[in-house]
Amino acid sequence: MSEFVHPVERRMTISAADEERLRTQLERTWYVPRGIIGWCSVADHKTMGKRYIVTAFCFFTFAGILAGLMRLQLAVPNNHFIGPDLYNQIFTVHGTMMMFLFAVPVMEALGVYLVPLMVGTRNIAFPRLNAFSYYVYLFGGVMLVVTMLLNTAPDVGWFSYVPLAGPDYTPGKRADFWAQLITFTEVAALAVSVELVATIFKARAPGMSLNRMPLFVWSMLVTALMVIFAMPSIVTCSSFLLLDRLVGTHFYNPAEGGDSLLWQHLFWFFGHPEVYIIFVPALGIVSSIISAFTWRPIFGYSAMVMSLVATGFIGFGLWVHHMFATGLPALGLEYFTAASIVIAIPTGIQIFCWIASLWRGRPRFHTPLVFVLGFFAIFVLGGLSGVTLASVPFDLQVHDSYYVVAHFHYVLLGGAVFPLIGGIYFWFPKMTGRLMDDRLGKVNFWLLFIGFNITFFPMHILGLEGMPRRVYTYPDNMGWNTLNLVSSLGALLLVVGGALFVYNVVRSYRWGLAGSDNPWGAETLEWSMSSPPPVYNFLHIPVVEGRCALWDRSADAPIVTGIRSDVREVLISDVMDAEPINVAEYPEPSIWPFLCAVVTSGFFIGSIFTPWALPVSILPLAVTLIGWFWPKKRDRERAIEEQDEDRRLHDAA
Amino acid sequence: MFDPHGPIARSIATHGWWLLLMSIAVYLVVMVALLIALGRRRREIDDQPETTRRLTRNVSIAVALTVVILVGIAASSVVSGRGIYSPSGAGAVTVDVVGHQWWWDFQYHDVTPSDVFTSPNELHIPVGLPVVIKAMSTDVIHSFWVPNLMGKRDLIPGIVTNTWIQADEPGVYRGQCAEFCGHQHAHMALEVVAEPMNTFQAWIRHQREPAAEPATDEERRGKDVFMQSTCVTCHAIRGTDAGSHLGPELTHVASRLTIAAGTLPNARGHLAGWIANSQSIKPGNRMPPNALTPDDLQAVLAYVRSLR
Amino acid sequence: MTGFWRTTTCLALMSELSLFAAGCQREVRPFQELAVASARTQNQSPFQKNAYGTAEGKRLFDQYNCSGCHAHGGGGMGPALMDDKWIYGSEPANIFESIVEGRPNGMPAWRNKIPDQQVWELVAYVQSMIGQESIDVLPSRSDHMRYSTPENARRAQTPVQTHTP
Repeated sequence: MSEFVHPVERRMTISAADEERLRTQLERTWYVPRGIIGWCSVADHKTMGKRYIVTAFCFFTFAGILAGLMRLQLAVPNNHFIGPDLYNQIFTVHGTMMMFLFAVPVMEALGVYLVPLMVGTRNIAFPRLNAFSYYVYLFGGVMLVVTMLLNTAPDVGWFSYVPLAGPDYTPGKRADFWAQLITFTEVAALAVSVELVATIFKARAPGMSLNRMPLFVWSMLVTALMVIFAMPSIVTCSSFLLLDRLVGTHFYNPAEGGDSLLWQHLFWFFGHPEVYIIFVPALGIVSSIISAFTWRPIFGYSAMVMSLVATGFIGFGLWVHHMFATGLPALGLEYFTAASIVIAIPTGIQIFCWIASLWRGRPRFHTPLVFVLGFFAIFVLGGLSGVTLASVPFDLQVHDSYYVVAHFHYVLLGGAVFPLIGGIYFWFPKMTGRLMDDRLGKVNFWLLFIGFNITFFPMHILGLEGMPRRVYTYPDNMGWNTLNLVSSLGALLLVVGGALFVYNVVRSYRWGLAGSDNPWGAETLEWSMSSPPPVYNFLHIPVVEGRCALWDRSADAPIVTGIRSDVREVLISDVMDAEPINVAEYPEPSIWPFLCAVVTSGFFIGSIFTPWALPVSILPLAVTLIGWFWPKKRDRERAIEEQDEDRRLHDAA
Repeated sequence: MFDPHGPIARSIATHGWWLLLMSIAVYLVVMVALLIALGRRRREIDDQPETTRRLTRNVSIAVALTVVILVGIAASSVVSGRGIYSPSGAGAVTVDVVGHQWWWDFQYHDVTPSDVFTSPNELHIPVGLPVVIKAMSTDVIHSFWVPNLMGKRDLIPGIVTNTWIQADEPGVYRGQCAEFCGHQHAHMALEVVAEPMNTFQAWIRHQREPAAEPATDEERRGKDVFMQSTCVTCHAIRGTDAGSHLGPELTHVASRLTIAAGTLPNARGHLAGWIANSQSIKPGNRMPPNALTPDDLQAVLAYVRSLR
Repeated sequence: MTGFWRTTTCLALMSELSLFAAGCQREVRPFQELAVASARTQNQSPFQKNAYGTAEGKRLFDQYNCSGCHAHGGGGMGPALMDDKWIYGSEPANIFESIVEGRPNGMPAWRNKIPDQQVWELVAYVQSMIGQESIDVLPSRSDHMRYSTPENARRAQTPVQTHTP
């Protein structure tokens, strides 16, 4: 192999005319195809990221409407508005959709959009896989919505405990749709995680060594690695469930040597890291917003990174705290109490570091920062109620009561959705070139904040008073009436707040103020190009000179040259120091990932009804995969050239 | 909020209040720190290294305090947990708690097999003595929870686990299934009746008796209707031909406080509605609608109400 | 709207509606009494094509100890229900009659002991034992010891009536 030449140059050497020529050529090379077939062929991470985000918010809206129906049903005792059959479907689909089709994908979608921009590369690694993952996710989500409309929605809870979800107690296809939805989202999430890890490890701009990576990128890295380690567990258990239901295996049948607790271990081994998979990216968003709105780097970078990584590790060691009531031995329970308590330490460190950042900087109270402050007020409370839940005796009392419902809405809505909405306000100008309305944004914040607390705070008390979860109604004489009614009224405010957010997005998209390239004066690389970013992201791949890529940039900052602009070539750098080590060529847009996703979805849905779906779909799957990986003529020519080159070098040596 | 009436619940409540107060205190401290950070007057020296050093020190102190508090919580949790895992003394009596969709069966152990009896949906315990509970399920996972007396214990098919319950004051305590178990999870409640030892003994003696013979003509006719209709297919009444255990045993049903697993008070009108069409009260439960003639229904009611 | 899009939308709506019909009937949970009175004249169990009703029938088949004689359909003291020989006919009305009226040589009459709704659930299940149901309705394995191939994995049989009453 020829020695790779370090392609870093000083900026001055490029003339304006050259720049213009380069821009035209890059635009032609990194084109985004048009038309219907083009729409299905796109391999650009920004387009796919935006689609992901919009789709996820559509599912969020659908699941939110379901939540509104539940609050309507629970507003008064002995309500006959929704019967048990429909209510069980509603709460199952609400939970499943929020976890699998909104929270995880929307966070990964932000990563898909932002990570390549933040690390300074032209596209996400494996762009076709990225397109494939989006379509699989979309089809899976649509499938769940359709089942809800067909009265075939799963009704066994988002956790689908066996034997209730098993073949004997849930006849029909409801639980199968749940299990296959899991498969859909797992495939999508795993694919995205692989892309993110590869992009972060191998495609960073020169100079962005690990210790200079933005905290958001760190949080996406930890998240992606957690997905890669957690998801196989639920792939296993949901496939077992499907086999039990369809083929008649006995994984969860105690009478034939199976075990119903096996499900809980496998599910929560994924299920607990899952909440960190949702929450860790939000930590990255919070860091981004705080540093942008205080104009200071986040206080204690190393401590923040260590905390993120520690959260990722410890998150795998506390799944049993969902199973304290199953009657496990005391010593085991105490271990998991300790682990669950330990995870509060890294989170605490991050909270303190953010407070120190705010203390040191000069906060400007724009909407994104206001949402982050709301995150503090809500999340810290949710985190503390989480610490109380780690304690076995207390958990035995409030487990599966409304106290838990309150807790996880505080951590998930407060810990993930508030930063997320703040993040949308923050990055909206980058994605669209227009600013969102700030005054409307603050009204939006207060509606959501007040509505949220009115809805969910009373649930703590309801739980302590003994109201169990997942009940479609409750008796009149329990003393739960007032608080439930208050909670339902709060939900009304939340609905108004959500609608206002959508209105603000739509309005600003059309008529918002045009924003500059870097309207907030933020530090990370995505703010260095025009808004919205050009298809090729960076005219010149930058060289990063410090932890805050834009703030630390010197006037004559070097850039990367020598990367071909006539093909989709990107710079590959090494894991630790981001030293350039190679170049790679990314594939062109292609329709094959879309077709492959169609076939895959057909297989997943077909296997709900018959095991024959597997052999039948193998052939079309093979066809689409062959099409996907069919080498281009130019690739072959280049390969021959390289061989010749190698041989020549070899001969010369 | 906790309202404990037994040693387990009391231990949990003490521990719980401590946790909650600690949480509130920590929350307030963090929020005050946040507000100060936001609202304080900015100074020129804020970007000096000295400020960073001071902040580092303060953050380290905060982290150290967090660790101390968390270790305290863990220790207190272990101590109070150890106190409730196993009974404070020998169990006065052992009861199998069996979960069904969607009712409870309490089977009282005895060395004499003929003295074993079941009490559906109503658990009687003597005051001040621990009662050993063997938790099990015949269908799906349920969870036994009496908030005033104890935390939860899951009833898992294929697994039998032991726990205990104790009440310190006489009274009736409501419990409810806490693990989602299907359509009528919401209506799977139970009563724990804690009573003095002699009352409890009397109750046990009474429960071991077979059912009372019908006294009036209407009751006799009701018994006949019961035995010749669908009732007998699922329900048992000891001392009669009815011996099926698919539904709750009815030998002493009239002595119970509620019907339909804590859903309705045990009154004649509710019982009539329940027998005629239980599906309108508890949709999805296992009892089919019964198309009895009004006369037959009244007779059955009279008979069932006589089963004290 | 162009003609292409109109056609596509129409097709999508129609397939959605047909899906709706299929999914709805299979998945509905009929807790309340169905129109069981007319089932006999229509010669069809109202729970046929309904997964919940069929599964309830399976549960009742065990709980009412039908297996005591029919041994999960394999036959013992009573005739097998999994084969293709049906002494008294395999029509839903025949099965209903067999359960309600009883048959000679040991099949008791369950009139008044099992409400009609449950009998029709049993009828639906008995039909499903020989695969006279669509695959997505057939029950799968139970949470018990395995006694035979689950209903949804059996080969469908075409029953032949061997005796004219």
